[in-house]
Amino acid sequence: MKKFYDLHLPVPLSDFGLAKKMLRKAAALGYAGVGIPFPFNVPSETVSKLRQLCTDVGIDLITRVNLAPKSSNELLFQLRRHRRRFEIISVACWHKPVARQAAKDRRVDLITFPSLDFKERFFDSAEAELAANALALLEIDMFRLLSATSFERIRLLSYLRREVAIARKFSVPVVTSSNATDEFFIRRPRDFAAFAYLFDMQLDAALETLSDNPLAIVTRNRMKLQPNYVAPGLRVVRRGKDCGES
Amino acid sequence: MRRRYLALKVEALQEIDEKELKNTVWNAVLRLFGEYGASKTGLFFVSYDSTKNYAVLRCTNAALDMVRASLASTTEINLKPAAIHLLGISGTLKSLREKFPPE
Repeated sequence: MKKFYDLHLPVPLSDFGLAKKMLRKAAALGYAGVGIPFPFNVPSETVSKLRQLCTDVGIDLITRVNLAPKSSNELLFQLRRHRRRFEIISVACWHKPVARQAAKDRRVDLITFPSLDFKERFFDSAEAELAANALALLEIDMFRLLSATSFERIRLLSYLRREVAIARKFSVPVVTSSNATDEFFIRRPRDFAAFAYLFDMQLDAALETLSDNPLAIVTRNRMKLQPNYVAPGLRVVRRGKDCGES
Repeated sequence: MRRRYLALKVEALQEIDEKELKNTVWNAVLRLFGEYGASKTGLFFVSYDSTKNYAVLRCTNAALDMVRASLASTTEINLKPAAIHLLGISGTLKSLREKFPPE
């Protein structure tokens, strides 16, 4: 049976009661893990408390940070500082140089395009090619789609249809996440997949955006964040006195 | 014409009556697919239990994806936050009620 992940569930860090309610809802709707965005300077106690909360409701906590840099230099600086502290790094691309840098940097996991202005939707063929080589994923924010109305939703659906087609062409994996700010915006994985029908995504591909694609990225990053990891295919097996003479 | 029966769970802050639910679902279908699309769904409200917030709908098999997407797009009923969760789908009313009883 497939496990489903919602990589963006911004639960309120100041209200653990509401956070628990949302986590319980996500678990009841069939999610095995949720990505919770944290501020850069989050105290480790807050993360531990939330981890305990997630364990209580039977859901896996994935730590995430959302970056929204104004320049590619700022992005590089933030990546250097925060890459090893969070399991998922998402970059909101408001500027083209940031979008290009995020797509080609292997430390970036998810790229997202929050703007509704077509001039600021930078996911074109060049961006997709860079993202495919750097193993970055395109993130689709369902909250935006659910909360948009009339003309705004029409435009958004049109952009998403185009971007999903480009991603398919260049084999860029897509991730769908709820970005739900309250429990009424969380849907079952199958319902989100049904929603993806609106931007011409097949059901199997839509389900992958909530299961295989997020799972692959979380597994890869958790392996990289282990202290024994050196490089792909290379890890420390013994240290210090464990290393006998041979 | 093949049909499908859908079991729904309505979640809202206030109590929802049948008329409000019907209006919400029809409006969601109309908003996403227009009058032409809505005419293809063959949407019919079989029953609604307001105490358990459990509803049963019927639609054509061909329009199932459209109806699912419309239900998922619902975020409010009567301007109050709400969600409609699909519990399950079946080909007959009898098996739907056996497999997906009200929670």
